[in-house]
Amino acid sequence: MTERAATTSILNNSEFRRILYQLLIAALLIYLGWSIVENTIANMEARDIRTGFGFLNETAGFSIMMSLVPYEPGNTYGRVFIVGLLNTLLVAGVGVVLATIVGFLVGVMRLSQNWVVSHLANIYVEIFRNVPLLLQILFWYTAVLKPLPGPRQVFERNTEIYFGISNRGITGPEFILLENFSFTTWTILLGILFTIGMHRWSKHRQAATGQQFPVVFVGLGLIIGLPILIFLLSGAPIEFTPAKMGRFNLSGGITIIPEFLAVLLALALYTAAFIAEIVRAGIQAINYGQTEASRALGLRNGTTLKMVIIPQAMRIIIPPLTSQYLNLTKNSALAAAIAYPDLVATFAGTALNQNGQALETLAITMTVYLSLSLLTSAFMNWFNSRVKLVER
Amino acid sequence: MKKLFLSCLSIALLGGIAIAGGHEKGTLAAVKSKGHIQCGVSQGLPGFSNPDDQGNWSGLDVDYCRAMSAAVFGDANKVKYTPLSARARFEALRSGEIDVLARNTTWTMQRDATLGLEFVGVNYYDGQGFMVRKTLGVSSAMELDGASACTNTGTTTELNLTDFFRANGMQFELVAFERADEVVAAYDAGRCDVYTTDRSGLAAQRTKLSNPDDHKVLPEIISKEPLGPVVRQDDPQWADLARWTLNAMINAEEMGINSGNVDSKRSDSNPAVKRLMGTEGDLHEAIGVNNDWAYNIVKQVGNYGEVYERHVGANTPLQLGRGGTVNDLWTNGGLIYAPPVR
Repeated sequence: MTERAATTSILNNSEFRRILYQLLIAALLIYLGWSIVENTIANMEARDIRTGFGFLNETAGFSIMMSLVPYEPGNTYGRVFIVGLLNTLLVAGVGVVLATIVGFLVGVMRLSQNWVVSHLANIYVEIFRNVPLLLQILFWYTAVLKPLPGPRQVFERNTEIYFGISNRGITGPEFILLENFSFTTWTILLGILFTIGMHRWSKHRQAATGQQFPVVFVGLGLIIGLPILIFLLSGAPIEFTPAKMGRFNLSGGITIIPEFLAVLLALALYTAAFIAEIVRAGIQAINYGQTEASRALGLRNGTTLKMVIIPQAMRIIIPPLTSQYLNLTKNSALAAAIAYPDLVATFAGTALNQNGQALETLAITMTVYLSLSLLTSAFMNWFNSRVKLVER
Repeated sequence: MKKLFLSCLSIALLGGIAIAGGHEKGTLAAVKSKGHIQCGVSQGLPGFSNPDDQGNWSGLDVDYCRAMSAAVFGDANKVKYTPLSARARFEALRSGEIDVLARNTTWTMQRDATLGLEFVGVNYYDGQGFMVRKTLGVSSAMELDGASACTNTGTTTELNLTDFFRANGMQFELVAFERADEVVAAYDAGRCDVYTTDRSGLAAQRTKLSNPDDHKVLPEIISKEPLGPVVRQDDPQWADLARWTLNAMINAEEMGINSGNVDSKRSDSNPAVKRLMGTEGDLHEAIGVNNDWAYNIVKQVGNYGEVYERHVGANTPLQLGRGGTVNDLWTNGGLIYAPPVR
């Protein structure tokens, strides 16, 4: 028997074949990729089309209506990329937070015993998840924000405005943090550190003695209450500069442009409808016996939810929640439809058209969205591994 | 590994798009074999390229494409139109999706030299202007400090506007939309104080506003915008055909040949007219068309002046009177001038 096995052709060895096939497929893919790149470059050279990433250092020359970092038309296309990326991250980041809050709220509302509350939540979900997102963006922009009165109808010329709403956006005062504000910053940081420590201590104590400690209330006091006290004691070291109405617009102050608001509202409310359903599904998936068991142990309703139901529901909620976060980030590209200067509108839009280097620009933009999604996904997987039940 | 595979895949997809564009030999041969010219036009700019409610396109740029069709096929109607955004237009031409781009496109050095494209001439000399509401009480663009301005993304307009405000040390907010209709809607709703684009465009878009008479165009012209047709750079014969289609229309006007008298002009004894009408010489062979190419253009589409008056002239909604402007013939003091057919 052993003699025969030794003479068998290596081609019949399943291990060898497995590796061989994989190598062949890999080689085929690499050749395909290489020939496509080669072909594209040859074609572009034949047509005198400029290639390479040198354009990133060239002057952009156009203005962008909103940027989180200093930007002026004399900056480079590389800077335009950063401005667009930050605008995308801003709307996606705020959108994720808002969608999560609204989504959890509506999801819990749907489970309410109160007929009105649960049906309101139901109507919300059915409306917002069944209307296409692009239409919702256009609705908020065209039907809600654009018809607001213009600044010339709302504000008197040369008056100082601390807070105002017009079809050019929501304007508040600009603020400067004075030197003494650092006391408040430190208090907040210390408060956060102390709360984390307290949380660990209380968990240990509860495990050891069964006694509970009101971590949430004390923590809120430390992170919010105490800093406010310090802020007032140090003489409210913040200076507000109001906006001033000029001939056409308010100047100075901080303005949240209507394009941002429209995209944010549409993204957050649309995604929240899906999150609400995920939350409802997660909670309903926990057997009612769990609730009954904790009641039998004498736990109060709040404690039951916090200590028994939610930890188990999170296990079911988090994976689909991750998908929703990814969707929201990618959907933010629709912002280009209403002139919100996100990555697609500025970098893959205006910049691409001015320098004409479509292949490079689109490759960069696609890489960015891919990286953002992979990062979000990696973070949520890490978070999932933290909260998932330890099964014995 | 997963990441690597994904990036390979995305590169492959990008490359695939570039290859699908193809590098066909001879646009003229390809056009003849498919039986029509694919013409890239705007998404609706009255006077230049605009569809009516039955989807029939008309305008100055549209008539240029029809003239090319008349030269190639002897029939001006063998054109199919592809409406393109400002942003998509050059890629559509480069990829071979369209054969010629006649979409009120400004001829600039950057576009001509780096995009692999060739501008074949100018069919309208334009300049960028501003439109504002009369109630603002603005009489000059120099008073626009602090205003919000609506315009299209990815156009020379966007750059000129930025240059103008920077050069004059004025602040502004740029609200840039992809589609012209969105720009008009935003301006009409009061999102912006100023609407800026080429002055011909202002005249055209003004007709779409809810109350056109409430708005006025400011006197300043802040840029040179020579608008013209564009073809790919890799096909000199097709570029020549495109160039001489435009030149034939201008030369016809200069020689007084129009759609009404073109039949009698065929027997004219003037050698310049005979060369244009194809009754003398064989220059038509070099651009790959029949000797009656220019006759067909003028007969079926008209000379440059006729086309101008039909779509943008004083008797159209755009009311862009031609006399004394740069768009008049050079013999009348304008800039419309074509090299001779000889």
